[in-house]
Amino acid sequence: MDSVKSILITGVGGQGTLLAARILGDAAIRSGYEAKVSEVHGMSQRGGSVVTYVRYGKSVVSPLICEGEADVILSFEVLEAARCLPYLKKGGVVVTSTQEINPMPVISGAAKYPGDLINQMKAAGVRVISADALSIARAAGSIKASNVALIGLGADLFGFSHDVLYESIMSCVPEKAKAVNEAAFKGGLAAASQRHNL
Amino acid sequence: MKTKRLMLGNEAVARGLYEAGVRFVSSYPGTPSTEITEYAAKYDEIYAEWAPNEKVALEAAMGAAVGGARAFCAMKHVGLNVAADPLFVASYTGVNAGLLIAVADDPGMHSSQNEQDSRHYARAAKIPMLEPSDSQECLDFVKLAYDLSEKFDIPFILRTSTRIAHSQSLTELGEREEKPILPYEKNPAKYVMIPANARGRHVSLEERLAALREYAETSPVNKIERASDNKIGIITAGVSYVYAKECFGDTASYLKLGLVNPLPERLIREFAASVERVIVIEELDPVIEEQVRAMGIACDGKNLLPVVGEYSSALLAERLLGKKPETVRLDVQMPPRPPVLCPGCPHRGVFYILKKLKLTVSGDIGCYTLGAVAPLASIDTTFCMGASVSSLHGRNIAIGDEKTSVAVIGDSTFVHSGITGLINMVYNGSKSTVLILDNRITGMTGHQQNPCTGLTLKEKPAPELSLERLCAAVGVDEEHIRVVDPNKLDELEKTIKEELDSPCVSVIICRRPCALLKYVAKKKPYSIDENKCRACRACMRIACPAISVSENGKAKIDDALCTGCGLCTQMCRFDAICE
Repeated sequence: MDSVKSILITGVGGQGTLLAARILGDAAIRSGYEAKVSEVHGMSQRGGSVVTYVRYGKSVVSPLICEGEADVILSFEVLEAARCLPYLKKGGVVVTSTQEINPMPVISGAAKYPGDLINQMKAAGVRVISADALSIARAAGSIKASNVALIGLGADLFGFSHDVLYESIMSCVPEKAKAVNEAAFKGGLAAASQRHNL
Repeated sequence: MKTKRLMLGNEAVARGLYEAGVRFVSSYPGTPSTEITEYAAKYDEIYAEWAPNEKVALEAAMGAAVGGARAFCAMKHVGLNVAADPLFVASYTGVNAGLLIAVADDPGMHSSQNEQDSRHYARAAKIPMLEPSDSQECLDFVKLAYDLSEKFDIPFILRTSTRIAHSQSLTELGEREEKPILPYEKNPAKYVMIPANARGRHVSLEERLAALREYAETSPVNKIERASDNKIGIITAGVSYVYAKECFGDTASYLKLGLVNPLPERLIREFAASVERVIVIEELDPVIEEQVRAMGIACDGKNLLPVVGEYSSALLAERLLGKKPETVRLDVQMPPRPPVLCPGCPHRGVFYILKKLKLTVSGDIGCYTLGAVAPLASIDTTFCMGASVSSLHGRNIAIGDEKTSVAVIGDSTFVHSGITGLINMVYNGSKSTVLILDNRITGMTGHQQNPCTGLTLKEKPAPELSLERLCAAVGVDEEHIRVVDPNKLDELEKTIKEELDSPCVSVIICRRPCALLKYVAKKKPYSIDENKCRACRACMRIACPAISVSENGKAKIDDALCTGCGLCTQMCRFDAICE
């Protein structure tokens, strides 16, 4: 891999985007790349839109991903995937959970949650891989593992072997959550391969 | 082989403190600086504490440094305003053992009330400032800062910004170099800043700065990188350097300044003379650019680039190269997703009642600032730490608004700088009502202990500051110091009404721990009985993220989000919300 790979991770504050970014950053280092991971802490973590960047390659200068630069958008929530779409590179892939979380303006009735966003992204010519990461995580034993389920869903797009991803997940999650996260990762991988068979 | 690790800028700063033999750390949390002190606290060799505010923290660090121990203090940009008083004298006295202050700016205001540029402080307080561009430099610059601080007898500032503090990059770790405590010698001419001594110290300061200017010319942290041609020369520092490098690559030469105060004048002149066009690239204010222009050097900078917001390589490409990326956009109205009070947040009921009573609300800095966001939308003003109390006093003395206004301030913010405002209220005969939202933690910055929580930064037991006794001690009548559970809406409303009517200063302590604290047990989630729900939307008025409206117009509760706090059950007149 000569050029820099850019993975934009997005979701709603509190969903576990930071851990997902740390796992991918760890996998990049294990794979022998240089990596930069940019996180956002503080106010936006309180249920707002959050965006985290992971960039890796032979040499990485800037930690930020700009519009038109992301190879993969890894999204925990459909509206946030659509919101970040301008960051996707031509030919890039959106990997998203089908989970929809109403933002406060929708809850309060001031705005509507747009319908059918996944199909609209596909109609715009974007390759979208989607699955219900929350259900995969729930089946694995904890909804907190939806970040790892998503990593499983996008596993073939990062340029790391599954073994490396597995090692990184195990080194980044707490001891007592290892079994649940292993199951969530496998669940994500299975959902991805089912899609390929379709 | 040396260990290399992916490290957050803030973690690398803490590692630098460890390796530099720092013994004493005192800070007040503030995004994006908080994790420096949290990581520093993990080293047994470092004493680390949370101070009640940044002024106390810096003064504590000054005391430790003058005493002979390498000392450190971290804060966010606006924290430096609070610590400005000691800062301006620290350059006069100088140090004994090294002293470093880390200040984290927040361009783009991810989590701040302004985007002030801390470099102005370095110039105004005459303190040298280093600015790293990645985590490795965070570590290296910290170590360098201590050596220079002792060599030039002056404190140093390490300036970071959100994207340096909160980005991870590969960092090579070294060993700790133990620094014995230096002998302290009584020296009033150096450390007692009465006019007669300070006059001498100002002369000394100017001499020390002159020596630093000379050092800057050959400092290894001010680096020139040459392109193959001499068309463009970029003068830059900090995170702006990586954006510039990403945008221009090898097509420009760079003068990367690691030491941003004082600037190396000869080096800048030499660099500028070697290229056809000089561009100064710096986020926020034209601090470097104005100094370059003052040297008589023509350059581009803020004529092409904004003084507002964060930079990125794309912004530079658009403004300086006229390049725009190809993007895909959906033609869809996307509702924004502003941050909100969490499900189960003990502040939610407070803002619901304040809105219901149509009160003017003097707000403060913390999670509860989110009470300003629709639909709770009940905060009228938010200025800075502690201002809720002091500004409410001014308002009420001036326009007599006591019956219809309150201040809201968190426990940590009250201890930080609300206490003096309350003393002013009592002393000057205010009849105002102050609500202390005591959620038993410093919330917004991610759960830091404070004097009210009974634990130190290192999780050791500490005496618990009693807000009730404190308020009584400053002269609030004990009958008007009330403690309520903010999730009991009727009691809360009644108490607020009673205290608005009181003829003196009242303090209502709304006490309930933050719902995100580990010891706060999540209860069984509630659900909606659709047969009873009349779709009246009364439960929506508390703006809980767990409650939304289903397609049939009736309420629904997301069981993954609901914490079982039960606030919504008090909103429903039809008993439709059940366990």
